[in-house]
Amino acid sequence: MMERFSNPVLLKELKLRFRSFKSFSGLMFYLAVLCLFVTGFLLIYTQFSGTGFFKPSDSFTMFAGLSVIQMGLVMFITPGLTAGAISTEREKQTLNILLTTTQSSSQIIIGKLLSSVAFLVLMLLAGLPLYSLVFLFGGVSPSQLITIFLFYLVTLIAIGSIGIMFSTITKKTIVSMIATYGAMIFLGGITAFLFFVGLSMEQMFMYSGTPQPNATPFSPISYFWASINPGALMITILYPEMASSLESVVGVSIPVWVSYLIFYVLITAFCLFIAIRKLRANMKTNR
Amino acid sequence: MMVDIQGLTKKYGSFTALDNLTLSLDEGVVFGFVGANGAGKSTTFSILSTLLSPTAGDALINGKSVVREPKEVRKQIGYMPDFFGVYDQLKADEYLDFYGASYGLPAAERRVLIPQLLELVNLSEKRYEYVDLLSRGMKQRLCLARSLIHDPKVLILDEPASGLDPRARVEMRDILKHLKSMGKTILISSHILPELAEMCDEIGVIDNGKLIAHGNVAQIQDQLQSEKRIIVKVMDDLELARAFFEEDPFVSSIEVTHGKSEIAFNYRGKTMDQVNLLRKALLADIPIFSLTEEEKDLEDVFMAITKGADDK
Repeated sequence: MMERFSNPVLLKELKLRFRSFKSFSGLMFYLAVLCLFVTGFLLIYTQFSGTGFFKPSDSFTMFAGLSVIQMGLVMFITPGLTAGAISTEREKQTLNILLTTTQSSSQIIIGKLLSSVAFLVLMLLAGLPLYSLVFLFGGVSPSQLITIFLFYLVTLIAIGSIGIMFSTITKKTIVSMIATYGAMIFLGGITAFLFFVGLSMEQMFMYSGTPQPNATPFSPISYFWASINPGALMITILYPEMASSLESVVGVSIPVWVSYLIFYVLITAFCLFIAIRKLRANMKTNR
Repeated sequence: MMVDIQGLTKKYGSFTALDNLTLSLDEGVVFGFVGANGAGKSTTFSILSTLLSPTAGDALINGKSVVREPKEVRKQIGYMPDFFGVYDQLKADEYLDFYGASYGLPAAERRVLIPQLLELVNLSEKRYEYVDLLSRGMKQRLCLARSLIHDPKVLILDEPASGLDPRARVEMRDILKHLKSMGKTILISSHILPELAEMCDEIGVIDNGKLIAHGNVAQIQDQLQSEKRIIVKVMDDLELARAFFEEDPFVSSIEVTHGKSEIAFNYRGKTMDQVNLLRKALLADIPIFSLTEEEKDLEDVFMAITKGADDK
């Protein structure tokens, strides 16, 4: 029964990944960065003495900082794990053999994605003991932690799918890597820039003195840029009052997380669809 | 009919890689595909292995169409490409296990099959070695074992002996002979043409995407018999012998090797003409002590046929 649902590519990838020194060095680097942040934070807030005072509000700040750093690391590591998934097989000349097996394109693509997601989830779980420090000092609810982790999961699956799509449609891993990091920069940075540009134009429009049939013509666009930006969503999760401010500024009442979820699920579906279609690009049928 | 190729054509823009290839092979036949680099061998094999769609035509493997039923075709074929890589951090048995699972074989069946396959390719003692540490010849044999894991009816082997040293080549040839005795239909391409002649039931010669000859080795060699090379050895007076043979209307391209007392020439006549030529030579007191036909191996056949195709 289990065999019906097993995915050989997923099992093989997990085996290869956990036999590689690179995976463990990556995990060590990730945890080292988090430890450094937590240690530094605690030392600064307790003024480098064992008798320092640490308030629950400080604990929340540490949680917020930890979450942002973890998000940054996830966004940085995910392309590295997925952007070579198919192109590396092509470069190592193992892809053609894999494609002549009876595994379907979707099995291969999903197996590749899940193996990367599994490793990233392991990374997130490995960082949990550091989060326990936050709970030691209070100031954060478990639901906030769960929400943040769900947000990570949605984001890393979407970024992973983008990486796998580029890996499938490009021949070289380096090109795929550049394209995936480019998409990351767009989602994480350029959307924020466009959001602020939209807000500025809004302001200019409002104070230009021209007749205004529509008082906030740029608002939906600004809202869209904010709603697909992982940083913006994180801020609204950590500080719910920011979500209300954003809604009042742009005049759109749909919660940011709803738009974010819809957009990233669509991105995931689109990228996986393209990857599955293009895996056997030289065949007319995709069976 | 195990393999039935009908008008297979593959075009890349204006370039035709494969031009209306039609070929049928019965079950258990070992078919050797001969052709220069870029002639269309690998394109044909890629289409048969469902890696490439033809521009026109179709191929049936055990009755399944590579165009309409690629997944069914994959169950019927074991494919070994000319260049392939391996997963560095898998051991030999894990490598086979992964592909066994990829073909949907149950774990219990794989556990029984893997030692048998490793034994077949003489790699039993390397079962727990990392694939990356195996020699080129061992990797080739492991890849062959992989292509057999789902017990395919047809084996498609693209240059299986390329890059191997003579010993590894002999080992590979022995394994292929064993597979032939198991009744597998084997399509094999190779640059080592005499080796193909030894083990193939049928040969196909492809040039510029066209199948220019097909048959057993003897039939293909017969195509050359319209002009054979004859070597005559005489005791002395080579010039007299040369003048005699030059008069014959079927003789051309005479070469005289004084050191060996040998005259070689191309002869277009039939067997009876050849008998008459020899009789006349003896009557003319030409001191002939040997007359032989130059043996042509598959390589000569290939060179002659492809040269002919180029000239057209």
